[in-house]
Amino acid sequence: MMLEVIFANSALMIMLTGALVGCASTLVGTFLVLRGNSLLSDAISHSIIFGIVVVWLLTHATAGPVQIVGAALTGVLTVFLTELLFSTRRVKYDAAIGLVFPVLFSVGVLLLNVYARDVHIDQHTVLLGEIGFVWLDTMAIGGYEVPQAVVFMGLVTAVNLLFVTLFFKELKITTFDPGLAAALGFAPGVMFYALLFLVSATGVAAFDAVGAVLFIAFVIVPPSAAYLLTDRLWLMLVLGALISIAASVLGYYAAITLNVSIGGMMAVMTGVFLALAFLFGPRYGIIARAYRRQAERQENELRTVAVHLFSHEDTRDRAEENVAQALRTHLGWGADTAHRVIANGISDDLFVRDGKLLALTPKGRATARSILEPWRTEAQGQP
Amino acid sequence: MLDLLSDYTIQTVAMGAALLGVSSGVLGCFAVLRRQSLLGDTLSHAALPGVCLGFLVAGTRDLGSILAGALVTGAAAALVVLALTRLSRLKTDAALGVALSVSFALGVVLLTYIQGTGNASQGGLNSFLFGQAAAILRSDLWIMGGIAAASLALVAALWKEFKLVSFDPGFATSLGLPVVVIEITMTVMVALAVVIGLQMVGVVLMTAMIVAPAVAARQWTRRLGSMVVLSAVFGTVAGVAGATLSATARGLSTGPLIVLAISAIVFVSLLLSPERGLLWEMARRWRDRRSLRGRQVLTTLHAMAAEHGDRSYPAELGSLDTYHGTDTRRVLARLEQRGLVRPVTHAPETTPHWELTPSGHVEARRLAADIEGHQ
Repeated sequence: MMLEVIFANSALMIMLTGALVGCASTLVGTFLVLRGNSLLSDAISHSIIFGIVVVWLLTHATAGPVQIVGAALTGVLTVFLTELLFSTRRVKYDAAIGLVFPVLFSVGVLLLNVYARDVHIDQHTVLLGEIGFVWLDTMAIGGYEVPQAVVFMGLVTAVNLLFVTLFFKELKITTFDPGLAAALGFAPGVMFYALLFLVSATGVAAFDAVGAVLFIAFVIVPPSAAYLLTDRLWLMLVLGALISIAASVLGYYAAITLNVSIGGMMAVMTGVFLALAFLFGPRYGIIARAYRRQAERQENELRTVAVHLFSHEDTRDRAEENVAQALRTHLGWGADTAHRVIANGISDDLFVRDGKLLALTPKGRATARSILEPWRTEAQGQP
Repeated sequence: MLDLLSDYTIQTVAMGAALLGVSSGVLGCFAVLRRQSLLGDTLSHAALPGVCLGFLVAGTRDLGSILAGALVTGAAAALVVLALTRLSRLKTDAALGVALSVSFALGVVLLTYIQGTGNASQGGLNSFLFGQAAAILRSDLWIMGGIAAASLALVAALWKEFKLVSFDPGFATSLGLPVVVIEITMTVMVALAVVIGLQMVGVVLMTAMIVAPAVAARQWTRRLGSMVVLSAVFGTVAGVAGATLSATARGLSTGPLIVLAISAIVFVSLLLSPERGLLWEMARRWRDRRSLRGRQVLTTLHAMAAEHGDRSYPAELGSLDTYHGTDTRRVLARLEQRGLVRPVTHAPETTPHWELTPSGHVEARRLAADIEGHQ
């Protein structure tokens, strides 16, 4: 009873489809992003249209395993042709990508033009998908009417998850060190093409829901956002999946509110998450990095002052050197910088004001010593 | 044929296609040479939100504001790519992919928003996806022509600078050229080329018109000047062919037809161009391999003769095959034609045998000396 209600809930099914598209794409997309090959997903997603039309012409299959595997082969074909063209050394790799997929895409679109009346897909589905209608096409699974898109996307997600789990070590090593992988006998080429096949299969399964171009967003953007947040591969996969799920849910409600394309809004939401990671990422976000740079600069300023004060501490020119004015004339700092450094140094308890003089505290002296005579502090540090 | 040429629509379409071909041909050369082919892909997908914004601002299908919008969002996408590659740890490919897919998604959202408003003239926007030559108006040509003329004038004026920055940005910097400004100008020009072609080819396939004419032209020449001219010619031929075909045959999208036309030109150029043609290279390799096999067999026969101290040592065909791991019959036939070997019998065996002729010995010794000379 419970499941029946769930499967009949169109909003939930749309979000579930989006989340499955996102998770399946992220699982394979992560490795493309890490390998620096993410634009192959652009080439693949465009050219599977050719495969979908050809498979339809041959078998009249518009969904299901035959269609997914058959059409996915064109994605692999695209990459193969691209590499072949590149291997002639007549064009650069980026130009090779830009030459091959438009041909397959064009043939696919023209075939659609010719057979438009018969094929259930029109030109707009090709680009935009119809995730809003996924709950219309259902199939019976164990007595329940389940949307087809959910079934097939669920299957593809499971296959991708299985692939990534089983070959985690192999994928890791072929991604980060293809040379070593080849030396160890891991056949990086085989792993690469297996990965691309899964990218294509995911693209075909996701095609009805999000179309060719929005699929690219799900492959590239969540892993990129996750890459800005972590250095760990497994965490990157998990974060990417979470971002896709969140983007699907938020995208759905935003699209319903504004009455716009649901798939488009979900893809836009992945972009929003990327922007957030880019700005606020704890380690690689630009705000965190700017903050860290500033902290480092202040630290260096304080160390500079400590050394300056220390080296003139017991000398005759102390009265001339160890005063606020000297920081501006001798260290070349502006009034603002000098002010800030002095305030920071006093609040950090590195030195104190003694009339006009700046006098080091024991802590300040220790800081200067550790810079000037590191061997001594190290020796002291040892028990 | 004359009917076709005098048809008003066809004339308009052909002129639009020519403008597209020339501008994308010329401007694409620099993008391809600077390894920025896929920037064209990103910029063309990123034009979609601009098309919609231009439409929303103008409230109607006004080409001027639509193209201005496309240029603005294209530039914004280029900036996003720049920011992501410079300020984050993402690599160029991911940055391009992010900008491409997210801006296209934004375009899709705006497109459906416009459809939701029920504006009567919104139907025209769909032609920007795959291109629709027949939708081009005479007045559109002035706008396209104006942009094309401006960008071509820019190329002519900054020719030397563009050339230098494309081939050797380091040297250009050392000469004190404002390399960054020139690079930005070249990126903007890719966006301009995209904008000119939008109506013809559509946002999805415009990248092919940036890359393909330049790649085809590169096959035929090694000079930038002639490459740019050839690229413009190829672009024009493909544009006019594809566009007129689409305008006459109803129901076929213009963009794919133009792309197939230019791809055919690329294919022929890759195979048949005089110096860099793949067909010639394959033929050369085949000839090399054949002559190498002949030299190998000759050397073997010579070595066997020397080993046995018998200048007319008869070598058995089967053993030669086994030794070289290949069928040597035809190699020997060619050598016989050159008078270097001759067939002999070696009773009581009945299998064919071969021995070196005197000139064969001379040739084999020359080969051996050659090899030693190289060592």
